[in-house]
Amino acid sequence: MTSSVFPSAFGGDGGETVLSVSGLSVTFRSGVQAVRDVSFTIRRGETLALVGESGSGKSVTALSVLQLLPPSGVTLSGSVSVLGTEMVGAALPVLQTVRGNRVGMVFQEPMTSLNPLHSIGQQVEEAVSLHQPLRGPALRARVVELLTLVGLPNPEKRLNALPHELSGGQRQRVMIAMALANSPDLLIADEPTTALDVTIQAQILDLLRDLQRRIGMAVLFITHDLTLVRQFAGRVCVMKGGQIVESGDTAALFADPQHAYTRHLLASHPSGQPVPVAEDAEDVLAVETLKVWFPVRGGLFRRVTDHIRAVNGVSFRLRQGETLGVVGESGSGKTTLALALLRLVQGDLGGRAVFAGSDLMTLPRPALRALRRDMQVVFQDPFGSLSPRMSVGEIIAEGLRLHDPLPEAEIRAQVAAVLEEVGLPTDSQDRYPHEFSGGQRQRISIARALILRPRLIVLDEPTSALDLTVQAQIISLLRDLQRRYRLTYLFISHDLRVVRVLAHRLLVMRGGEVMEDGETEAVFAAPRHPYTRALLAAAFPDQDAGSGL
Amino acid sequence: MAGRLSPLWQRRLDAFRANRRGWWSLWIFSTLFVVSLLAEVIANDRPILVGYDGGLYAPVLKEYPETTFGGIFPTPADYRDPEVQGLIEEKGWILWPPVRFSAQTVNFTLQQPAPSPPSLENPLGTDDQGRDVLARLLYGFRLSVLFGLVLTVASSVIGILAGAVQGFFGGWLDLLGQRFLEIWGGLPQLFILIIVSSIIVPGFWTLLIVLLLFSWTALVGLVRAEVLRARSLDYVRAARALGLPEGRILLRHVLPNAMVATFTFAPFILSGSLVSLTALDFLGLGMPPGSASLGELLSQGKENLQAPWLGITGFVVLAALLTLLVFIGEAVRDAFDPRKTLR
Repeated sequence: MTSSVFPSAFGGDGGETVLSVSGLSVTFRSGVQAVRDVSFTIRRGETLALVGESGSGKSVTALSVLQLLPPSGVTLSGSVSVLGTEMVGAALPVLQTVRGNRVGMVFQEPMTSLNPLHSIGQQVEEAVSLHQPLRGPALRARVVELLTLVGLPNPEKRLNALPHELSGGQRQRVMIAMALANSPDLLIADEPTTALDVTIQAQILDLLRDLQRRIGMAVLFITHDLTLVRQFAGRVCVMKGGQIVESGDTAALFADPQHAYTRHLLASHPSGQPVPVAEDAEDVLAVETLKVWFPVRGGLFRRVTDHIRAVNGVSFRLRQGETLGVVGESGSGKTTLALALLRLVQGDLGGRAVFAGSDLMTLPRPALRALRRDMQVVFQDPFGSLSPRMSVGEIIAEGLRLHDPLPEAEIRAQVAAVLEEVGLPTDSQDRYPHEFSGGQRQRISIARALILRPRLIVLDEPTSALDLTVQAQIISLLRDLQRRYRLTYLFISHDLRVVRVLAHRLLVMRGGEVMEDGETEAVFAAPRHPYTRALLAAAFPDQDAGSGL
Repeated sequence: MAGRLSPLWQRRLDAFRANRRGWWSLWIFSTLFVVSLLAEVIANDRPILVGYDGGLYAPVLKEYPETTFGGIFPTPADYRDPEVQGLIEEKGWILWPPVRFSAQTVNFTLQQPAPSPPSLENPLGTDDQGRDVLARLLYGFRLSVLFGLVLTVASSVIGILAGAVQGFFGGWLDLLGQRFLEIWGGLPQLFILIIVSSIIVPGFWTLLIVLLLFSWTALVGLVRAEVLRARSLDYVRAARALGLPEGRILLRHVLPNAMVATFTFAPFILSGSLVSLTALDFLGLGMPPGSASLGELLSQGKENLQAPWLGITGFVVLAALLTLLVFIGEAVRDAFDPRKTLR
């Protein structure tokens, strides 16, 4: 089917040059030089990965290939040539013949890159008909063909589906179908799998690899995830501060990194061992058959007709100084479990959760409020979890002011001490959250929890939104604090690599239920449940699931 | 506490100053406002100070009978009367305000029939009753701005409270509140104002209350939406996890973040209040007849098209005032936006 539509595949070597970037510099109007003198080429059938942390200029580079940066806000210099057509300074009609036609683009966020008001059929149709004279049934047939190609099940029936009716992975498939609509010579994939669950990630990558082989297009793959690069890319360019610091064949570069930054990047995967738990550690939290059901109401009188069983019969025990890792994909109920333990969800709670001698599920509100200083929480999103209108000092001291009315000077001293403890300068007190990077904000969140000297900290994906090197720093900070204060963590994550180095025990959740639990190393070494095995295979593609690192 | 907060407020002040247009507008507006607050010593038909026979008198503050200055009648002295002036200057001196008319003073010595064009004595001319336009402008400006400020503050406070309560607690309260607002918003405001003004005698406070009945709804929807949004954010959750009571979460975490939207609206509410008072005065439904106000000046301008100084003065002052307020509002918005970077 595809051979009639797409040109036959070329090998990676010796193909014509599809994209050639030389001496590209991008300066924003604010004076920030986001990209500095970047040069690379991609040949047909080749995959080039641009790797770097946030702010390294990799996305700006990708956007300047199609001249998608706002023309009034930036100054570009250098040359970007797609199949011999110069893009820098080209007129809009020229750009439009290239955009979506010779070059397709897939963005990171499948939730926002599709128009929520148009059916997916319409959106793919639009992408096709902009550059091809197809109309009516022929156009429709082409759309169905594309959706089949990207592996969307039942494409004929799905044409009228709106984006919200599809899952994240399916939306990303639709995005890829749109990018492929005109058999492009180059596909730019800007973090195409970052927002997806690990098992879906693997599927999307397989799809991209398969399509590349069949269509013979070149792929510019932008990511921060070195594991993906190793799996997926033939060549790598490592970017830092707007410059390419090192480039070369993936295998060679991973085996023998030359630049210090590349070595740093390669070394900064989560590492180390959980802090050993004392033999005689007492139980901090004992959870028995915990349930969180959300009522579904229907009918005229909004009677409860059904329940969504977000958490259904979860039991575990947590000892002082221990970390329990809760893993699962989105929708598995792991965050709901955490919020239920903190009594921050509305819904029908059932079961017991005994913490410090009282059952959190039935404790009346005033008693619960007093207990809150002993259990704190750190959320995933470092940007959303700090009130933008309060200074860092106010944010951190808030809990202290509530539970422990102290003189102002004493509060300031304690805030300074806790800032130092989480590795931030003590003069950060009077600054606002927006002046800090993601990793620093996460440290502020940790400080806010830590200043109350809690026994239990619930960590809801605290490292997921962070760069790899920052992730490693936060992990070692968490481990230090655990050792020093014998803190107990409930650590929620979808990232098995992070969980492995921090958690003593593991709870694998799916659909609100526990699939498997046990000592972390035992689960990694010999996963019993097929779902656990699938998760491990997706997270550690280099190894057999059973053998570990 | 104040010393500790100073870096934050310093930053806000810097952001405000960085908006040069708003900064200058604030200075111009404040100067005009202060000047108008001192209207009695700037435009008055009584002298500020009188020195007579070795004694000091302040007619601005106190009424003296004519007999004090050696006159015949025990009635309050009319200092514009050349007779009285002559009596005083015989044994002393008179310190006049820069403008020798108050808002109600009729200039009986006009060379032309009122309204008379600008002259040295009346720099902006007189209105059709022979009253000095500059003096009336000064008093009218003060009245309009004071009225607008009070109305803005009152309607903002009520609106923010109503919106915050609806958004934060939601449920039936929100549902009923929203329906009430829809019905309230459907009432024909102008007709009600006309009816009310025919029943009660309009004055500063009665007009304020009547206008407040309708102006408080402006912010409710906005604040409610902001609060609804903020309610589900992680930092509100984190505050709950700290054990903060709901009321404090609303006050410390939710409301301040709804404030930028409110501040962007404040100048428009203020200018809207000014305009509604002006409109009522223009229609003759506002302040009691004879009071100096911008609307009254405009309506005189309309009725005396042969005297363009009336209409032009009213228009220029009103337009400048509204423009200044909008510029100030923009600068305030910048100051409270923490994402605004300073150059």
